[in-house]
Amino acid sequence: MADLSVNFCGIKSPNPFWLASAPPTDKAYNVERAFRAGWGGVVWKTLGEEGPPVVNVSGPRYGVVHGPDRRVSAFNNIELITDRPLEVNLQEITEMKRRWPDRAIVVSLMVPCEEEAWKRILPRVEATGADGIELNFGCPHGMSERGMGAAVGQVPEYVEMVTRWCKTHSRMPVIVKLTPNITDVRKPAEAAKRGGADAVSLINTINSIVGVDLDLMIPRPHTDRKATHGGMCGPAVKPIALNMVAEIARSPATHGVPISGIGGIETWRDAAEFMALGAGTVQVCTAAMVYGFKIVQEMITGLEAFMDERGYSKVSDFVGAAVPNVTDWQYLNLNYAVKAHIDQDLCIKCGRCHVACEDTSHQAITHLKDGVRHFEVIDEECVGCNLCASICPIENCITMVPLMDEVDRRTGRLVDGSCLNWTQHPNNPQVAKKPLEPLEPAE
Amino acid sequence: MSSAPDIRGGRLPSGDYCNAFSDLHAPLDAHEARVAAERCLFCYDAPCVTACPTSIDIPLFIRQIATGNATGAGKTILDSNIFGGMCARVCPTETLCEQACVRNEAEGKPVIIGQLQRHATDAIMASGRQLYKHGAPNGRRIAVVGAGPAGLSCAHKLATLGYDVVVFDKRQKAGGLNEHGIASYKSTNNFAQAEVDWILSIGGIELRCDQALGHDFTLADLRRDFDAVFLGLGLQAANSLGIDAGELRGIEDAVAFIEALRQSADLSKLPIGRRVVVIGGGMTAVDAAVQAKKLGAEEVTIVYRRGAEQMGASRYEQELALTGGVVVRHWARPVAVHGESGVLRSVIFAATAERDGRLVDTGETFELQADQLFKAIGQLFVPQVLEGSSEVLDLDRGRIAVDADRRTSLPDVWAGGDCVAGGRDLTVVAVEDGKQAALSIDRTLQGFVPMAAE
Ligand SMILES: Cc1cc2nc3c(=O)[nH]c(=O)nc-3n(C[C@H](O)[C@H](O)[C@H](O)COP(=O)(O)OP(=O)(O)OC[C@H]3O[C@@H](n4cnc5c(N)ncnc54)[C@H](O)[C@@H]3O)c2cc1C
Ligand SMILES: Cc1cc2nc3c(=O)[nH]c(=O)nc-3n(C[C@H](O)[C@H](O)[C@H](O)COP(=O)(O)O)c2cc1C
Ligand code: SF4
Ligand code: SF4
Ligand code: SF4
Repeated sequence: MADLSVNFCGIKSPNPFWLASAPPTDKAYNVERAFRAGWGGVVWKTLGEEGPPVVNVSGPRYGVVHGPDRRVSAFNNIELITDRPLEVNLQEITEMKRRWPDRAIVVSLMVPCEEEAWKRILPRVEATGADGIELNFGCPHGMSERGMGAAVGQVPEYVEMVTRWCKTHSRMPVIVKLTPNITDVRKPAEAAKRGGADAVSLINTINSIVGVDLDLMIPRPHTDRKATHGGMCGPAVKPIALNMVAEIARSPATHGVPISGIGGIETWRDAAEFMALGAGTVQVCTAAMVYGFKIVQEMITGLEAFMDERGYSKVSDFVGAAVPNVTDWQYLNLNYAVKAHIDQDLCIKCGRCHVACEDTSHQAITHLKDGVRHFEVIDEECVGCNLCASICPIENCITMVPLMDEVDRRTGRLVDGSCLNWTQHPNNPQVAKKPLEPLEPAE
Repeated sequence: MSSAPDIRGGRLPSGDYCNAFSDLHAPLDAHEARVAAERCLFCYDAPCVTACPTSIDIPLFIRQIATGNATGAGKTILDSNIFGGMCARVCPTETLCEQACVRNEAEGKPVIIGQLQRHATDAIMASGRQLYKHGAPNGRRIAVVGAGPAGLSCAHKLATLGYDVVVFDKRQKAGGLNEHGIASYKSTNNFAQAEVDWILSIGGIELRCDQALGHDFTLADLRRDFDAVFLGLGLQAANSLGIDAGELRGIEDAVAFIEALRQSADLSKLPIGRRVVVIGGGMTAVDAAVQAKKLGAEEVTIVYRRGAEQMGASRYEQELALTGGVVVRHWARPVAVHGESGVLRSVIFAATAERDGRLVDTGETFELQADQLFKAIGQLFVPQVLEGSSEVLDLDRGRIAVDADRRTSLPDVWAGGDCVAGGRDLTVVAVEDGKQAALSIDRTLQGFVPMAAE
């Protein structure tokens, strides 16, 4: 049976599934239940500095995007960091670590951007026996107005500086949690690395307004008739998070920095995808909020079954396995060609492929054949874009079949397995000036 | 064993009638409707639309429901089918739109188009809004005979186009079989009248009840007084069983029984036999049998001369009968009835079989005890009502012959619904006939010349 245990920048946990810093990790009661359910680790809900705790709104904190049948596809929230006294949290962390020595407990922190503030809190966290700290440079609302959270995360120089203070004043592993509310996520990741971070985690929530109440003319949810943007999370953000994880994993400047992947993870498969793109652990928030802690049992058994089936004996066997296959557009092989193919036995004749291709510019799928409803790809027109396969309601009904040693009937060109990317392409105005580049960039 | 003939009312505890005759399908609430709507694939050139006789834009109205626009959905439906509310309740969708739904191929279950249609049309009725109005009057007058779905659909479309319409019906109430024939559990809460009132309320339509063609006026009168005539007469007579029943009490026409039931103010007063036999295999047979059972009859048996596949009632309707506690016997036809002191006691059947495509008796017979027998073996058009015109209307297989525009052999007379040849005897077909006839009348009277194909 596959071994799911991980050692993530020195932090050991029996499996890679951690709860992200959020309400499910706000107190001992929840963390106890989470560990009983099987979670490998938790990142404690973000702690602030000593003193009167922050104050949350006493009204709706969540906005939601529903799919059919009210399935939650995204949340946004306007919650702040923990609103419980620092000392209570520290005591509970100590107690939890004592009760669950084999689980990872990482403490998320957010204090003002002053070295003294960090110097004050770090020893107290260390005293709890926690395995590491996570610097919350992501919270997009409430805290950023006070010069913390995303306000730090969006300035690489600050990220580097605070990370360095933490490395200087603590011996705990430091994970820097990145905000996605930035144009190029590699920049703060590089800064974290320069500051000495042991790992990065991403993503935190994305600035969002989930919708507008058209009767009240106020974005949802509102607090006494005014609304503010929140932070978005849940399944809908996963594609954004995956890309950001991959960008950091494949960038020469950050390649090799341990990554804790976060954003929209609901199932073992989501987790495995993050891991394939380089995440050594994954963190979950929304799915646990929606379905409860028990989902981790599906994740554990699913990941085990997946690894057993593929012959991976330990998690590191496949972490990052997909990273070498992520490249820039300009290195894609422009000689490669596929054609859509419709399996007539599976086709239910809904006609969606036809109208999608028809109205999306390629006009490559029939609607009638000999006066009868019939959907078939016209090879002379098909550009292989896979729109039809993407929108067909029947799985595997439309497949994309690669051409090999045959003429592409649209272009009249022989597809013979040779490679030609944009950097080599005769249509590229720059090619004439430059000698041929190698197919892949040198590592 | 012989027992006293037993036909009486009050077989159920008085509080139970309401429950027995409640809605066949409870209406979908907004959430159920949304979930059901999400299953629609928004097909291109959707097969369900092709299968709908009135060509309702089904993917569009379902998408409107999915986006929380139930009244918009209702308008999409009513634009194509002004009786969209009744059709949602009575259409045998399993042989129409839902049979064509591509979801059958995918999951063996169609989108529940009928129930969604009801959800949307109910939203319009609940809103109390009128969506249509009498068009700017064009000075032309049209006579419509028959206030059933065919006649009223025609009248409504003509009124929206600016015609003044007079609708004649021999009955006291408008609605045709919507009001007098449709099973009560398909149209509850007096929906038929509410719908008719809503349709007539646009103005431009004058309803004249208790006015029978062939009795109070003739077709020639109408042709003289109006610019065009539409006939939506339905069917008037029941086929005869072809056996000598004498004057036995207890032998009745199923359609008349249902009409009495639909018009009854107090169902507990409606007499029903203890043992009821229904002869026939169509929707009327099922409706009569199921409602007899609901009234408290102990044994109800439908006897049909051929097999389940040949029954006019769809498989769904047949199941409705079976789950309602009705016994269905196939391959038998009545050959005699026995009575005692003028009342029915039993029916004798000959077993039948198909040999070389022909129905023959096998020689076996059996007897069913019965207090009441309902004939549901089809209805007839009675052309005598058309007499009194110097020119005659062509008939085809006993019904009025029409072309694709629902135009009869007389240039100013159109016809549609059950009284015309080649129809399917369905409400929705009657509605389409009325609509197409109205459009054809308009084209004709406005001197419309078809344009060359673009
Ligand atoms: C018992 C029963 C159950 C049915 N159930 C269903 C069902 O579930 N689903 C379905 O789709 N279809 C059903 N049908 C069929 C459906 O009711 C008819 O196809 C539809 O009503 C035909 O409409 P119409 O307008 O042509 O005729 P009708 O509805 O019969 O209306 C004809 C109107 O013309 C009037 N009329 C007749 N003669 C004259 C005259 N001489 N002068 C003036 N007025 C006259 C009548 O009073 C009547 O109001 C059922 C039929 C029956 C009998
Ligand atoms: C209600 C709520 C509160 C959160 N609070 C914090 C927080 O205090 N500190 C933090 O680093 N992230 C916080 N997050 C962000 C989550 O840890 C996580 O990064 C984000 O929700 C994406 O993961 P998901 O898609 O699994 O939910 C919060 C998220 C939610 C929904
Ligand atoms: S979308 Fe798929 S199922 Fe629908 S017609 Fe096209 S191939 Fe067939
Ligand atoms: S792959 Fe693209 S171009 Fe080809 S048939 Fe499908 S939608 Fe059309
Ligand atoms: S056939 Fe079914 S899925 Fe397609 S549009 Fe009609 S109802 Fe929707």
